[in-house]
This record gives sequence, C-alpha cells and structure tokens, in this order.
Amino acid sequence: MNKAASLAEEQSDGGSVLRLSGSLAIASLHDLPDRLDAVQGPVETIDLSDVDHMDTIGAWTVHRTAKRLGSQISGAHPDAQRLIDTVGALDDPVSIHPDSVPALRRVVGQIGEAVSTAGSTMLGLLGFFGATLVAAWSLIRHPSRFRVNAVVQRFEVVGVSALGIIGLMSFLIGIVIAQQGSVQLRQFGMEMLTINLVGRLTFRELGVLMTAIMVAGRSGSAFAAQLGTMKLTEEIDAMRTIGVSPMEALVLPRTLAVIIMMPLLGFYASILSVLGGAFLCAIALDIPPITFFQRLREVVPITDLWVGLIKAPVFGLIIAISGCFQGMQVKGNAEEVGLRTTAAVVQAIFLVIVIDAFFAVFFTWVGWN
Amino acid sequence: MTEDEQRQAEEQRLAQAVEQSDIAISVRGIRNAFGDQVIHDGLDLDVRKGEILGVVGGSGTGKSVLMRAIIGLQTPNEGEIHVFGESMVGRLDDDALAIRKRWGVLFQGGALFSTLTVAENIEVPIREYYPNIGAQLRDEIAAYKIRMTGLPAEAGPKYPSELSGGMKKRAGLARALALDPDLLFLDEPTAGLDPIGAAAFDEQTRKLQETLGLTVFLITHDLDTLYSICDRVAVLADKKVIAVGTIDELLALDHPWIQEYFNGPRGRAATAAVSREKNKAAQTPPDGRQ
Repeated sequence: MNKAASLAEEQSDGGSVLRLSGSLAIASLHDLPDRLDAVQGPVETIDLSDVDHMDTIGAWTVHRTAKRLGSQISGAHPDAQRLIDTVGALDDPVSIHPDSVPALRRVVGQIGEAVSTAGSTMLGLLGFFGATLVAAWSLIRHPSRFRVNAVVQRFEVVGVSALGIIGLMSFLIGIVIAQQGSVQLRQFGMEMLTINLVGRLTFRELGVLMTAIMVAGRSGSAFAAQLGTMKLTEEIDAMRTIGVSPMEALVLPRTLAVIIMMPLLGFYASILSVLGGAFLCAIALDIPPITFFQRLREVVPITDLWVGLIKAPVFGLIIAISGCFQGMQVKGNAEEVGLRTTAAVVQAIFLVIVIDAFFAVFFTWVGWN
Repeated sequence: MTEDEQRQAEEQRLAQAVEQSDIAISVRGIRNAFGDQVIHDGLDLDVRKGEILGVVGGSGTGKSVLMRAIIGLQTPNEGEIHVFGESMVGRLDDDALAIRKRWGVLFQGGALFSTLTVAENIEVPIREYYPNIGAQLRDEIAAYKIRMTGLPAEAGPKYPSELSGGMKKRAGLARALALDPDLLFLDEPTAGLDPIGAAAFDEQTRKLQETLGLTVFLITHDLDTLYSICDRVAVLADKKVIAVGTIDELLALDHPWIQEYFNGPRGRAATAAVSREKNKAAQTPPDGRQ
C-alpha cells in the first residue's frame, strides 16, 4: 500500500540536497535510518516534497538527521511539518538507561548489600521470634483468645495431607539406604550391619531431617505466600484496625501446628523408612522381617528415638517462623511474594541443617551416641 | 483487459474504498457469553476514523469485554468485527498481524512489564516488530515518546513499581503509542487518578489525538472525560449498544438509564462545569487578554 522510503543525494548550486521520498512511517523505513546515518555532511537542505506519508518515527528520523547535518527542511506537507515540529519540540535530554556503575564498585556494593541483607534478615528473624514468644505469653495469660479451630485446621493442612508424600518419600529413602549400605558392607561380609545402618540413621537423622525439608517446601512456602498475599491486599492492615493481632490470629496457630506436627510426622517418617529398609532386606538380602526387627531392637538404643523427637519441634519452629517472617516482610508488588516464598524455604532448610549440626555435637557431648 | 487484470483492478478498488471509508472499526451482531451468562447479544457499533468515541455503561455491561473482543483477546461466539476493513475474528495470519501493528492498547492498570524499565517497556513493540531499527534510534524514539506522554525526563530508567498510578498510565500510553498506531484503545484511563491528574491525562489524550490523527476507543466512567474530549458517546445497556451520538443527542433520547446517567447528581455537576467553562470562554475576549 505504502511505498518504501528511499533516499537520493543530489548536488545543486545551493549545496547538496538530500531528497527523501515514499512513505516515512515505521513500517516502510527499513534501512533508511542507517543510510541517513551514513551520510556525511554538510547537507544544505532535506527535501521532503516527494514524501507521501509520515509518522512521528519518520519525523524524528528527519529531525535528527537535519540536526546532525545542520540542514534546512523544505517541501514538507503541512501535516508532516507539524509532526516534525512536534517531535522537534520534544527533543530534550531524557534519561533512558540506569546510570552505569564501574564494575569494581558494583561488585563491592553488591557484596556489601548481600552481607547487610543477611545480617538484617537474621536480626529480623530473631525479632520476629521474640514477637511470637510475646504473643504466645499473652495467649497463655488469656487462654480464652486461643484459636482452637485455626490450629486444628492447620493440623490437617500441615500434617494429615502431608502423610502420603512424606510416607512415600521415607519408604523410598529406607530402600535406598539399605541398598547402598548393603553393597558396601558386603565387601566386609557384614551385611547384617545394614540393619544397624538403617535403624540408627533414620531414627537419629534422616527421618526428621527429610520431613523437615518436605514440610519447609510444603508448608513453610505456603505460609510465606499466604501471609504475603494478605499483606499485599491489605488484609493484615484491616485485621490490625479491627483489633485482631495478626501474630495471634495468623502466626501463632501456624507455628503451633508445625511444632506439634513435626515430631509426629518425623516419627511416622522414621517408621516408614525402617519399613522400606526391611522390605529391601527381605527381598535383596534374604533377611526375613522377623530377624530384621529383632535385630533392630537390639542395636538401636531408645535414645536414638529421643534424639529425633527432640529435634523435630525445634525444626518445626524454625520452619514456621521463617515462613511467617518472610510472608510478613512482603511489600510492594506480586513479584515480592515469589521472592519471599523462595527465601522462606531456602532459609528454613539452611537453618534446619545448621541447627542439626549443633544437635549432633550436643548429643555426642551428653553421651547419647 | 484480461481476467487477471480485472481482478487486480477490483481488489485495488476495494482496498481504496476501505482506505477512503471513514469507518475504522465496524462491529456487527456480536454475541459474547460466558457459560449461561450472556454479555452481548446482537451488538452493533461503528467507530469513525479520527474520532474519540467514549464507551459508557453500567458495571458488568461488558465494556471491557467488547474491547477485548475487538483487539482479539476474546473470540466472540457470533458476529463480525472489521478493523480497517479487515475481518478480525479468530484471525492469526500476517494480514491480521499487520492490522494489529496499527493499534495500541492501554489496559486499566497500565499492564507494564514489571521486570523492565519504562524505557524498555516502550521499546518492546519496536524491538519485536522492527528489529532493523538500531539501538541508538530506538532509545531516541523511547525518549520522545516519554516526553510526548508527559512523563518526567527521569522516568526512563525507573521500574513500574517505582511509579505512581498516574505515571504508570502515562507509561502504558507511551508503550501503546510506540509504533505510532492509527487506533488507540484506552480502558478507563482516568480511573484512580486525582481530578488534576485526570484532567491533565484527558488534555494529553486530546492533544495526541489531534497531532497524530488518532482514532480513540475510550472506555470510561468519568463524566468529565466524556464532556471534555469525546466526539461521540456509545451507551452499552441491555446487551447492546442502545445509542451512539454526541452527549446532546443522547440527552434528547428518552432512555431511563441515559437520563439517570447524565442527569444524576454527578452528571449535572459535570454539565455545570462545562457550561461554566463556556461562559468563561465567552467572557474572555478572543485575543486572550482580559
């Protein structure tokens, strides 16, 4: 429909003339801007009498060329002239790109920012933990404000609905430990020790640790996303104005639910892991389940179970607190909810593993090994 | 003349007729339904070239749905939509794409890409459709679009989350105007703006429409916008466009909703404001000196 824009250079007595023709619109410009950029001045006039259509992008192209080469614009249709005048009047310095920072300063700045963020997050987490304790204390003094329904509802979401996935995961982990352990132990002819390995490892460490990771992924993230969204939609502010404390109504029920559910889920996971180990031993090592469980009772001290069960509520507390804390930190936009949810899960798993290391040292120190 | 030539001549004549006809958008017999809920049934509407058409209607009458149907985000159950003479319903081919490049849309919340800066947002359509335009020129185009829509000069490198509601709308408008469209769709452009910001936005829209020769399809609830910049107003009610015309023409009609809308307390206030303006203009001598 529209003719492509084209360009011709001519010499006349008044100096050189740049003759543009066709349609100077974005769709028909093609390589005209580049060709205009290649023109070296001086050019006396830019002649637009053969231009049959122009949009602001064409007008801008003409304007910048005329400005660069110091030329006059002639022969423009009144409409075209109006567009050129309009865009010419808009030719002010405008910042387009963010100010660039030298690489060294940027790197140092980013490291500093990361350190200060990590520090303030830890501090904030500690503060949030304190606020939770204060809320818990006020709830103990006014037990009538305790929200039983909210807690029980969280029991279901955090605990009961997680049974399937945690059970399956633990069963498979039991199988993997038994299988990998038996391959190594066979070299020493001590396949029976597979039972020690499965029993002690799952009750002491893996049962609770894997449950904590799963709960952090399922519930910690959900807490962060729920509270974050409520923060964005100003639900939490609305709660405060009505006089309901979000700590009591939202954070405490969730925290309590996870603290109570974690030992139960951890115990359940350990049992399922042992079953997985027994299953593999029966199939691959010809150790009948009866023998497996008899030996399990002999080699796994009851303190191993206590080790797992003592750690579980602490892990639960960490998961719930970091999920709720990150959720409450959301402000601004929807993107923040995603970032905070990720942060909640990463932080929870990291802290769980750090605390687990401390527990390992502690239990060795008290002689439960 | 051979048959081939004849056909070519005929096609050319048709294309010319479309170019010269003064209808930009023609909607015929549209039916939109979500499940059992019928939004539009047998809706007809024409938008003339170079006009600002205001679209009004109560909440839930499907103003936004109509816009989404025209721009192809929603396929109507029945009916025909022609934009610049091309049928647009359910079309994804190159001809339809060429038409798509000729319109710009400003969504209600601005719909800026949140991970890109304002300047990058404006450059997205240019980058997408015209990769032949160099980075330098593209930045310059973004720069004058920023100025053109009345954004402050330092808005370019900012992210949408750093902008106020009014600036988001302007940035959205700048992106809608990136390809110099012939047709501009505005979905409640002044909703959520303060009266000063809303008036400034209306003024900007009018100025751009005049300079660029735009056709504007404007959905609004804002009576001041209707009075100050719309050439014609289309009223959506009872699943149809019940009337199209200037406000005076609409006021002459005897439809309860239209009367209620323009003669309610807010409508009267807007009318009073317009007549005040007119009186002031009449009292001021034509050369502007008092």
